[in-house]
Parts: sequence; C-alpha cells; structure tokens
Amino acid sequence: MSANLLEVKALKTQFFTRDGVVHAVDDVSFELAVGETLGIVGESGCGKSVTALSLMRLIPNPPGRIVNGTILFEGQDVMKLDDDDVRALRGRKIAMIFQDPMTSLNPVLTISRQISEALELHLKMDRAESRKRTIELLELVGIPSAKKRLDDYPHQFSGGMRQRVMIAMALSCNPKLILADEPTTALDVTIQAQILQILKDLSQEFRTAFILITHDLGVVAGMTQRIHVMYGGEIVEKADTFELFDNPKHPYTWGLLKSIPRLDEQRREKLQPIEGLPPDLIAPPPGCRFEPRCTYKRDRCSAEHPGLRQALNAKDGHETRCFGTQPGAMNGWLAQTDWRREIGSIEVLEQVKQQVAELPPEAVRAATSDVPPPPAAER
Amino acid sequence: MAASTFQETTSTATAGSGRNLVVVDNLVMHFPLTQGIIFQRQVGAVRAVDGISFFVEKGETLGLVGESGCGKSTTGRALLQLYEPTGGSVRFDGTELTTLKGESLRKMRRRMQMIFQDPYASLNPRMTVGDIIGEPIEVHHLAAGRKKQDRVQELLKVVGLNPYFTNRYPHEFSGGQRQRIGVARALAVEPDFIVCDEPISALDVSIRAQIVNLLEELQGKFNLTYLFIAHDLSVVRHISDRVAVMYLGKIVELADRKELYDHPLHPYTQALLSAVPIPDPKIEAKRRRIILTGDVPSPVNPPSGCRFHTRCWKAQKICSEVDPEFIEHSARHWAACHFPG
Repeated sequence: MSANLLEVKALKTQFFTRDGVVHAVDDVSFELAVGETLGIVGESGCGKSVTALSLMRLIPNPPGRIVNGTILFEGQDVMKLDDDDVRALRGRKIAMIFQDPMTSLNPVLTISRQISEALELHLKMDRAESRKRTIELLELVGIPSAKKRLDDYPHQFSGGMRQRVMIAMALSCNPKLILADEPTTALDVTIQAQILQILKDLSQEFRTAFILITHDLGVVAGMTQRIHVMYGGEIVEKADTFELFDNPKHPYTWGLLKSIPRLDEQRREKLQPIEGLPPDLIAPPPGCRFEPRCTYKRDRCSAEHPGLRQALNAKDGHETRCFGTQPGAMNGWLAQTDWRREIGSIEVLEQVKQQVAELPPEAVRAATSDVPPPPAAER
Repeated sequence: MAASTFQETTSTATAGSGRNLVVVDNLVMHFPLTQGIIFQRQVGAVRAVDGISFFVEKGETLGLVGESGCGKSTTGRALLQLYEPTGGSVRFDGTELTTLKGESLRKMRRRMQMIFQDPYASLNPRMTVGDIIGEPIEVHHLAAGRKKQDRVQELLKVVGLNPYFTNRYPHEFSGGQRQRIGVARALAVEPDFIVCDEPISALDVSIRAQIVNLLEELQGKFNLTYLFIAHDLSVVRHISDRVAVMYLGKIVELADRKELYDHPLHPYTQALLSAVPIPDPKIEAKRRRIILTGDVPSPVNPPSGCRFHTRCWKAQKICSEVDPEFIEHSARHWAACHFPG
C-alpha cells in the first residue's frame, strides 16, 4: 500500500449553513499512485471541487469543515498537520490549477513576483535564482519571449496565456501532485488543446501525478488513466478510463454519456437528457441518491443506500454504487442491460419530468447550485 | 470545377424560389475606438464583423461557430438591428432591414427574436415571469387582458414549465428553467426567425440536452428558423443543418453539416475540429491533433491578407498579401482559402 502517493479514506466535508448542513462530500475514498492521472467527473454541485479543496485543506471555515476522514499523502496524514506544516505542503508537494485564470492571479503583482514567491518561500532561492527559474518555467509552458514578459501584469496576458502562467506557478516547486480543477473550462477549444497537450507532456516528463476535475467527458477520455464519477457528493462509479467508456455500470454515467452530442456521431440521434434535478445535499434522498431521476429503478433503490462494490460483468476494480449492476439479492437486474438502447421505464421518465414541472421553484433552486461560467467573456 | 463567388450564387438563389428567409450581404460592423475627454476623436475601430455574406433558408438551422472574440455574437445582433451595421445589407424575407426605421422596423422585429446566453442576466429580476413573457405580447398588440394571461400560461406549458408560475420572479428558478423562460419570451410574438446566442453554454451538462431537445421540438412545431451561435462544435453539429465557421470577423467556411465535418476545406476548420475532445478513449488515443500556436490576433489591427495566416501551417507568401475570396468549391460548400483541402 505504501506505493500510493495519495490515499483518501472516508472523506466527509460539510458546510454548516443557515438552511442546514450541506453534505458536499460524503464518504469519498480513493487512492492515487505516483505519476498517475485520475479524472473526477461530475456536474456542478456534485462535490468534485470541494474534494480537491479538502485535499489541500483549503475549505473555508466557517461555514465548511472536514468532519471525517483521513488524507494520507506520502504516508503522512494531512488532516493531523498543523497550519505551518500544511503551508509547507501546499505549493511545494501538492499544487493546484484553478478554473478561472482571470480571477486566480493577483492583478497588482507582476507574474514574475507571483511565480517566484513560491520559489523563494519553499526552495529558499534568492532573487536572481528564482528569476532565472521563472524564465525557465515560462518557457516550459510555452510563453513566447518569456524574458520580456516577466515583468508584465496579468491583464497584459490573454486567457490562455494566463492559464499557462497558472500552470508554471503550479509546477514551480516540482510538486508530486497537481490538482487541476476545470483547467480548460474557461478557454476556447484551440487553446484548450494547447493547454491539455502541455499538461500531458509534463505528466510524462516529470512523472507528476494529476487529478483532473472536469464536467467534460471528452477531456478526461484523452487525458486520464482512471476515472471516478461523482454524483450528489459521492463517488458512484470507479473504473479505468477504457473500461468506463466501454462498459459503464451506473445509470448516471449512462445518462451523462447519452446526453452529450459527439463530434463523431454518425446519425443525428435525439439526445437523451437526464430528466429531473440533482439532489438537495441538505437532505439527500435516503436510498440511492440518483434514484429520483433513475428510469431503471426498483423498490429497493429508494429504501436502501447502495455501497460502492465491484460491478457484475466488469473488469476487476470496476466499482459501482448501483444495486442493479452489483451482485446481490436481485442478482443485478441491470447487469445485461444495453444502456445505449434501453432507456428504462418510460412511465418513470414521464413522472420525473412531471415532478420537476410541478415542483415549487424554491425547491428547484435549492437543488441546483451555481453553473460553470461560459468561456472567456465575449464583448 | 468553375468556382463562383458567393455573391453570384446568392443573388441567383434569391431571385428564384425565395426559400431564403435571411440574406446577409457584405455585412460590416465596426465599433469606433475613441480618445480624448471632451472632444472624442476616433483613433481606430474594432472590426468585429468585417464583410460577411450568408443566407439562412426557411425552416433550417444555421450554426455559427468560432472562438470568443471572432464576432459571432456581433453578427447575430447586427442581423436583428440591435446594432446599427456600419455597412452591408441584411434582407429579411425580401425586406431590407438596414434602412428601416421606427414603426416599420418595430413591425419587423416581431418576426425576429433572440435567446441570450446568460439566463441570469437576461431576465429582469424585478419583473414576474408573467410580465417578462407578457411584455412583448403587449408591445406588439397581440393580445391583452385575460387573453394575454392565457397566452402566457400556454407558452409556459409549451416550454415545459408549470403554467401557474406566472407570479414568480426569475431568482426563484434554476438556470435551465430560466433559459426556458427566455425561450418562452422569444416565442411569445410568434416569430419566424430566432437568433440563439450560446443558449446552452451557461448550463450544466445534463440540462444542456434538455434545452437542445426543447429547441428542436419547437422548431418542428412552429416551423422556426434558427441562427444557432455557439463555440461548442459538437452541439452545433448536432443541431444545425448547415454550419458557418467564423474567424476574426470573417466567415472562413460555410457548408452543409455533414460536408463540413467530413471534408473541411479551411485549415482553421480542420484545426478546430481536431481540437474538440471526443468522449471515447480509444478514438482519443489514435487521434492526431492540429495544435495551433498563439492566440487570435486583435480585431483592432487584423493581419493583412488572409487573417488566419499568422497561425496557419499552410501559409505562404500570397496568404499575407491577398485576402482570399469566399468561393464555392463544391455544391453549397464555400471557403475562403488560397490552399483549401
């Protein structure tokens, strides 16, 4: 077990708000080997960003708190570290790339100041050394004429260039693990391709482990070795990347795959959206969290909360949180389902649609949190 | 084959059947850049849209794709005369819009509507849903009083919302529901043509499909024509009959959906298509990406000749000197490139 760079066990992060306790991350466990790339996929509000922030112990407190769980990084329990030790870890061993390069750089400091800050703090470099290293880093991430741009301010860079500066900053101290939270969501496709290529090259060159957090199944398909799908604060499916796209075993994953148009689709097929709304994380459904929207459900799904278990007819290590695809009492009624063709019960689908239309809007709003921002603002 | 310019083909097309609902000819939209505090001198212009021509046929969906800042939203707005175009002509169902003023323009506006990108910013937070949807009905004198109420409720039902929500305020709704309200507002005046400006990019993945399906359903039901503006090529491919690709204020390629995605002629289109990730690891492992270097140049001072030549791997001397003409290379497939294919 010591080969793992990161082990997260039973992580539970909650936010204590006026309306109640939000179970943002609920019993999430996973591990990551040295140099591995892991994708965490889910919609907004499913807890994927909160998971990343929890790993860095960056949850704003109050209102948030990690109420349970252990985070072992290189065998050391991050949860037990005091503030100084955590600070020594952040940026040095674990770095983070944030979604929005417009707001995550300090607008009043030059980029060389921002990058060299970590170098001077963690690696005890002096001004001249850190400046030299900063130029190297900027060249590494493909910023043209890095020497000249060193003393520019963030507003003098375009969105893609700012994201490169963020990556340079994350790389500055040769971290073992980089958490990339929607690193390309705010960028255009051609720029996204550039950034993804840089991340891919870097992970191969420096054997840096990556956790890539995104809602875009296309991005994780080409970038990761394993994927965890999150829904309603929980991991609902774990598999390696090829297996997940080939042989998905959770109705939510099926829904995700069926609701996105593909660039290479042959015929014009009607998209099948996941009807209904994501669960309210203040009072999540007692059974399976996806049950209210699931068209394949049985009675058991609303009564009992499924655990994450090895799936039927799947590769070893492919785990799912669905009674229908797990071995058990009802012998996995969905184990043989052809998810591309069968859409489950039509009556249930209509019921779900109906329920949402009739729902008082307040309830709807409570269930859906903020949305990912559109790409770089168009003027 | 003999290549003909876009103007020739469109003029013959419009002279005939009158299938084209919107015909745009050499549309130019420049925004002045000024300097000075009291006396503002013009020192330059943002050439957001710089001479584009296309047509939209009745009942079709024309997709307009491009990266941010390429002028696709400006095109949509200039089409509806929300901006006053700097030059060129926009004909809607035979009527020239750029010279229309006052009441006659207002009459035409009933037939052209818009759905906006941001469902949070495009609904007035102080108006009830009933007022938001009812306002255009009132403005255009389509119904009043009890009849208007009924119409609003009917519209809510059409877009999949509870008809009794008329007294609610926008903040009570989720993003997807707000976008449905935006759709209902656009439908309220029974338009022929709707400009959808990135209607789904602010929504969550599973909600996007709901709105795309709704738009498709409504198109069939009310015989609508869409200009669908988006940066997501997969979605545009899904919803459009024909697709136009924009780069820095120009349309660089225009073709039927299948033709464009299967045989892109312009290098920019090729690069765009290769950059879109496909949710299938097997395909991703095999794909070769064309990675463009650098960023989109500024529209204030666009490159000479072909605007794409600064990032193009096929560029030669002629590309920086001569602006390539927008010509029809095969049936209904136009591209502006010196070295297409």
